[in-house]
Amino acid sequence: MLNRKVLSALGVLLGAAPAVAYDSSYNMPVGVTQIAREVHSLHMIVFWICVAIAVAVFGAMIYSIIAFRKSKGAVADTTMLHSTIVEVIWTTIPVLILVGMAVPAAKTLVRMDDTRNAELSIKITGYQWKWQYEYLGKGISFYSTLGAESNYARQLHSGIDPNTVKDYLLEVDHEVVVPVDTKVRLLLTANDVIHSWWVPDFAVKKDAIPGFINEAWFKSEKIGHYTGQCTELCGRDHGFMPIVVNVVSKEDFARWVADQQAAAKAAAEGAAPTATTATTIAPAASAAAAR
Amino acid sequence: MAHADTHAAHDHDHDHKPSGIGRWLFATNHKDIGTLYLLFALLMFFIGGAMALAIRAELYKPGLQFFDPGFYNSLLTSHALVMIFGAVMPAFVGLANWMIPLQIGAPDMALPRMNNYSFWILPFAFTLLLSSFFTAGGGPAGGWTLYPPLSLQAGDSFPLTIFAIHMMGASSIMGAINVIVTIMNMRAPGMTLLKLPLFCWTWLITAYLLIAVMPVLAGAVTMLLTDHYFGTSFFNPAGGGDPVMFQHIFWFFGHPEVYILILPAFGIVSEIIPTFARKPLFGYDAMVYATASIAFLSFIVWAHHMFTVGMPLAGEMFFMLSTMLIAIPTGVKVFNWTATMWKGSMTFEPPMLFALAFLFLFTIGGFSGLMLAIAPADFQYQDTYFVVAHFHYVLVPGAVFAIMAAVYYWLPKWTGHMYNMRLANWHFWVSTVSVNVLFFPQHFLGLAGMPRRIPDYSTQFTDWNMVSSVGGFVFGFSQILFVILIWQCVRGGAKATDKVWDGLSHGLEWTVPSPAPYHSFDTPPEVH
Repeated sequence: MLNRKVLSALGVLLGAAPAVAYDSSYNMPVGVTQIAREVHSLHMIVFWICVAIAVAVFGAMIYSIIAFRKSKGAVADTTMLHSTIVEVIWTTIPVLILVGMAVPAAKTLVRMDDTRNAELSIKITGYQWKWQYEYLGKGISFYSTLGAESNYARQLHSGIDPNTVKDYLLEVDHEVVVPVDTKVRLLLTANDVIHSWWVPDFAVKKDAIPGFINEAWFKSEKIGHYTGQCTELCGRDHGFMPIVVNVVSKEDFARWVADQQAAAKAAAEGAAPTATTATTIAPAASAAAAR
Repeated sequence: MAHADTHAAHDHDHDHKPSGIGRWLFATNHKDIGTLYLLFALLMFFIGGAMALAIRAELYKPGLQFFDPGFYNSLLTSHALVMIFGAVMPAFVGLANWMIPLQIGAPDMALPRMNNYSFWILPFAFTLLLSSFFTAGGGPAGGWTLYPPLSLQAGDSFPLTIFAIHMMGASSIMGAINVIVTIMNMRAPGMTLLKLPLFCWTWLITAYLLIAVMPVLAGAVTMLLTDHYFGTSFFNPAGGGDPVMFQHIFWFFGHPEVYILILPAFGIVSEIIPTFARKPLFGYDAMVYATASIAFLSFIVWAHHMFTVGMPLAGEMFFMLSTMLIAIPTGVKVFNWTATMWKGSMTFEPPMLFALAFLFLFTIGGFSGLMLAIAPADFQYQDTYFVVAHFHYVLVPGAVFAIMAAVYYWLPKWTGHMYNMRLANWHFWVSTVSVNVLFFPQHFLGLAGMPRRIPDYSTQFTDWNMVSSVGGFVFGFSQILFVILIWQCVRGGAKATDKVWDGLSHGLEWTVPSPAPYHSFDTPPEVH
């Protein structure tokens, strides 16, 4: 809260509050979680502090360039060589500014790290080049790959104008569905190389690393579609493994879970002849069913 | 007899140059080796630049126009390796070779044959690296950071890349040893360490960084090699290895490496600003201590490159706070440069223009660096174009502009000719405007959500990518002016005086004739 007050105060001071664009093509989205808003305000605070320092430092440089030029008859003061007091001042002031930044940053960092009391856990596995989502304890599992339309358009010399494709490169065949106002814990890993799962609106970016399980969480306060992309170079099609999270109401989520479980059950029964191996390949089988 | 002796000595001083190709192949003269390094760096700057333009061409609009995504990854990987190890580092070593003996009053570098060796490794290293484009599977495509397991998926380019990196590292270490031995042992009488020109100081510290971290990189890539070919599992999780360990080792090298790429630039700017402000550098001691502090901090901040790997909270906290500390000595440097200009008497010759552009634009890169240090916000910035904008601001209008400033500053001393000022001013203004058109919009792209290292993007990123690409092409082609200017200056031009610049003449290099004689300072000058 304090952060936002400081931010708006700074914005008003600089008369630039309206220039702070949200969800624009040139700034970070505010996002739809408490954490995302905190991160956004941290970003803006540090940004405005940098602007303020820049005004002071660049101002001094520009003033020197204008005022102390030989062509204007300026004579150099060659006795001005050193000043311990000045050095101490311009070491101390930055220290204070940094402490001012570090305190809110550390607080947010601590909150981001706290994955306790999650109401839903999803295990996310990165593959070259798709994501697998497993809803722990719910028997739901599926793969999510780039949507077909984008996939046609993105081929070299496809002849398809990407501007004609809706949500080009940000659409998938199977969206992750999560309930609104619910703390969702993510368990991230990978099966081949390192990937990174990023949804800017949740301010969640975490690497999915083979042999490791990383944790992250978000609690979306708004229903809607939120997109993101893999952000760790993972080979040829790194640019083509998007993430789409569909945040729905709790009732819609319950219905979706029931539908998925029914479909998975039907698929498992359909695959009865290979029942002995079904337990080990269950995720893949249900994913196939989900397709 | 006396006459003959003098004549012989004179001969030795000024005229005895080996001739033909042998002068360059078997070069032991610090000026010849410096020239070789600088020309090599210029060539690599254009090769790496051509790759960058290919990347900007592909990114001009959404959809894949020219390249397969795999080839695109090879381009961006090689662009980074060529620019870092082929262009910026050799350019600084070239400047060190030319200028350190001249600035400290020494006749040559301390270890001339090793000097020759350290240069001549480089053309072979880069031939290997670039020839990997013609192997099965194409060039290295895992990013210059070589993160496993991805880098282990490489084809035949892999051993070539690793061996090339080993050779570059050996070359850098030899260059660094030479710099340290020269500065420590060959200073003119009276030149105490705290009278050393700042370019020498920053290079001395850089050389220690190089010796400390290049072996770390060599170790990391050797472990990759054995993982790939000899069945070890240092980084392979399937065999119990740890891919994150590679990142820690790599960035323990990588962060000091970042300062290896910028500290000599600080030194250059600290030489140029006093000259054209006609006022000695403000706070010399503070500048030296700030440089040393930055070098020390560079060893304890590496994991800020990997905030998203899932470190424990305490680790993230430590690396966030230690990284923020870097702003303090860096700020001290910027403030001291500003104070040097304050109450000066400034003129704006090309070296000063480039140094001023450095001052403004490097500082912008510093601001985005401070933003990146804030770990919670870094989760949003990490691996996006915001990072690309940040490190290009500190490397292009930072390191590269400082190198250009140095060339414009010392070229008359090297060639004995003044260069075409009009052309130099054109080069400066076109470069400075276009470099901002090129890199500033990338901040917006990153904040709006565009990941780095992707060959194609969602359509909402189109506008800023187009702007960036236009800037890229203008910047790239404007560098041809630089080559024309150097070519003209080598061939002829108005005679340069010993002092060259009408400014505050500081440093021993301005006491020798222009062009600097082949063997300078046979008898050491006295420094008071």
